[in-house]
Amino acid sequence: MSLLELDDVSTGYGSFRALFNVSLKIEEGEKYAIIGANGAGKSTLLRSICGLLRTENDKIHFDGKPIGQLSPHKRVGLGISYVPEGRWVFPSLTVNENLLVGAHSRRSGMWTVDKVYELFPLLSRLRQRQALSLSGGEQQALAIGRGLMANPRLLLLDEVSLGLAPVVVEKIYEAMPAITSSGTTVLLVEQDVGQAMKFADRVACMLKGRLVLEGVSGEMEHDQIIAAYFGV
Amino acid sequence: MVWANDIIQGILVGGLYALFAAGLSLVFGVMRLVNLAHGDFSILAAYIALAIVGSLNINPFYTLILVMIVMAVFGYVIQRGLFNFAMDAGPMQAILATFGIAIIIQNLLLEGFTANSKGLDAGRIENASIKISDQVVIGWFPLITIIVSVLVLVGLQFFLGRTRMGRAFRATADNQRAAQLMGIDNRHLYGVAMALALAIVAIGGVFIGIRTTFVPSAGPIRLIFAYEAVIIGGLGSLWGTLVGGIVLGVAQVLGDHVNQGWGMLVGHLVFLAILAFRPQGLFAKQAQ
Amino acid sequence: MATPLKIERYTRTSRIALPVAVVVVIAAATIPAWGSSNIMKQGVTFLTLVAMAQMWNLLAGYAGLVSVGQQAFIGIGAYSLWVFAEKVGINPFLCVPIAGIVAALFALPTAGLAFRLRGGYFAVGTWVIAEVYRLLVTQITWLGGGSGVSITSAGQVARGTREAVVFWLALAVAAGSIALVYFLLRSRRGLALTAIRDDETGARGLGVNVFRSKLWVYILAAFGTGVTGAVIYLNLLRVQPEAGFGLNWSALMIFAVVIGGLGTIEGPIIGAVIFFALQQLLSDYGTWYLILIGALAAGVVVFAQRGLWGTFVRRRAVDLFPVRRRLCLETVCFPEDAPPAPAAVWSASALPDESTTATAEPPDRVDA
Repeated sequence: MSLLELDDVSTGYGSFRALFNVSLKIEEGEKYAIIGANGAGKSTLLRSICGLLRTENDKIHFDGKPIGQLSPHKRVGLGISYVPEGRWVFPSLTVNENLLVGAHSRRSGMWTVDKVYELFPLLSRLRQRQALSLSGGEQQALAIGRGLMANPRLLLLDEVSLGLAPVVVEKIYEAMPAITSSGTTVLLVEQDVGQAMKFADRVACMLKGRLVLEGVSGEMEHDQIIAAYFGV
Repeated sequence: MVWANDIIQGILVGGLYALFAAGLSLVFGVMRLVNLAHGDFSILAAYIALAIVGSLNINPFYTLILVMIVMAVFGYVIQRGLFNFAMDAGPMQAILATFGIAIIIQNLLLEGFTANSKGLDAGRIENASIKISDQVVIGWFPLITIIVSVLVLVGLQFFLGRTRMGRAFRATADNQRAAQLMGIDNRHLYGVAMALALAIVAIGGVFIGIRTTFVPSAGPIRLIFAYEAVIIGGLGSLWGTLVGGIVLGVAQVLGDHVNQGWGMLVGHLVFLAILAFRPQGLFAKQAQ
Repeated sequence: MATPLKIERYTRTSRIALPVAVVVVIAAATIPAWGSSNIMKQGVTFLTLVAMAQMWNLLAGYAGLVSVGQQAFIGIGAYSLWVFAEKVGINPFLCVPIAGIVAALFALPTAGLAFRLRGGYFAVGTWVIAEVYRLLVTQITWLGGGSGVSITSAGQVARGTREAVVFWLALAVAAGSIALVYFLLRSRRGLALTAIRDDETGARGLGVNVFRSKLWVYILAAFGTGVTGAVIYLNLLRVQPEAGFGLNWSALMIFAVVIGGLGTIEGPIIGAVIFFALQQLLSDYGTWYLILIGALAAGVVVFAQRGLWGTFVRRRAVDLFPVRRRLCLETVCFPEDAPPAPAAVWSASALPDESTTATAEPPDRVDA
């Protein structure tokens, strides 16, 4: 049984359809990346998995249970943590409080406030600072740390590198092995193909709301990816 | 010295207004809902106390805990049963739903208790006072009121700053959807926020019921005082509500001193002046 | 080959509705010739309710301004009537439009303060300002103070004549309020208003001056409400600050609009009918009618947001008052007479991606 199974998911916003018949299986412990251009439906896919968008109940299974109609907070309880694009840190709360709110679901596991500070030493110095005053990179680290505080089985990372300097992106990706080595499954959405290929075991490419290519990251041809990415 | 006494009396009244304002501010802060029934809830609390006093024949002070519990349960139920759905429908729908509840409460109380004014009799404490000089006299009861309101604010500050649920409140106020992604059940949280707000407003309702008389139609003016205190103090500032309440209370007492009947008008005018010249309030959001 | 596109406003029903409306108004105008004094009095109550509701709907339904302080303009209208009829000595019936103008003048400083507030805080802010007007009137002995004043000059007119004229005035105010909203919405400014109602940010982006449009609506609504207030008190003949500036006026107009349907012209009329009917039906049971109507309004606003008109009647595009513009392609119009689920409309046509943000619900980013 796969950890996450999407079966023919179609969804959208109001009258606009952003996803068409997407099916996907992700195994426990896997590192999976979804690439695609702007507007390809990548974030919509993650939002359907974390519950910000609802689908028919049995279109999405997590650990064998149908979750398509569950609200986001219940999905967190099951072990799905979503780190949103744009980070969405709580601006008026301190760094430390942001992490504590991340643990609201009270799921037990290896991640604690101290462990997160170990993972991102840069946050450690900023404990008492308001999240509002953090730089983009610091906010991204905080958002990931906050997501980990729920001790997820499945961590969804949405556009981690968006708007960050390459040096900062490197730093954040350096933390990934520590996250995945604990057995956490990671589903990552990236526009940066190179970064995604380096990180993931398997990669899928989306185009105009459809999944158009899927494969093991080392075995995919460059031309194939270009074709799928741009739809040429 | 007469003026000094006025200012002291105004400060004491302000403590009462802060009790109304804190609940209003809390609900707005957490869920961006302006509860137009807020004042009517305080009147409802006073009538519940009156009913308990009538049937058990006890001092209204002792009804306080019971009234707070009843109002908290009522708040949770009405939030989850109606206001949450109203908020789903839209911000305008939410305001209108609270307005509907306000009118319903006013008229139900009118049907149940008539339009005659009622009071809660707390016995000797109502008239006991500390005499500081010939002109400055501090009533024990107003003093207790302001002490209680300060304690309530301290309690709220502790709750918001130091507890798991309080952090969830602030996280939801910052970004509701992000808070859901942390596993926070916003519908339950809104219920708790309304329960807490109504428990606080119940204290205010019972206290003002002991201090003066009340009628079923007195809710709106309480809402207005609470609202003015919130705006004067500055949106989102907890201690600002106390300052706002005190400014309003002092303005009213001084106004009444100049000319009997001007008190309320002067209070409103101070509010309008703040709105015109310092719309962000005296304490803009920071002091939490 | 290019297909001719045109903008249609009329639907089949609306072509019939306008002449019917004219007939109804003319028929109603004959009531003073045969109706009893009581019928005329009740008629005035109903017609002024329609007018108030239309004005409140213009504010909330089209400009998104939820005011709980429109009673200010009822009171101002009533007191203007008294001042100009009793102190200045103008014929009381001619004072009705003057009352509207005075209300509109007072709307300017009111808006200056209230427009600093948003959403729910705007609602309470308008309420506070209405309270200030009430307290001011109470303090001014020249205006009769707290005990109020009587419009004696109108009382001196022969009773039959007065009742008939007041009825006609009420009819004119009701019909006029509907016509005002109708023509306003069909104008360029009306299009801007509809855009604001649907998406304020979007409208601003298209160059609509949101502030000025809202101010206009606020002043117009104050005018209409002031006129209505004057007519109401020509009927009642005595005004006190407590009643004239009372919150119950807001309850009346808000409930009528909410029950009927916010943001439509038909809604407030339907709402006024329901309100009036319940009021008459339960007239022996004190204020229970208000409790029932309040509960109905709270229920409708939450569970049938488009009101009874929008939810149950307007299944087809039955616009009695054609203010909507519809895009017509030869014989087919959008929205169609029987509007399909919006999803079907949009996904069937291959729309360019840019339009998605406009059709999607709240300002939500579609994708990265």
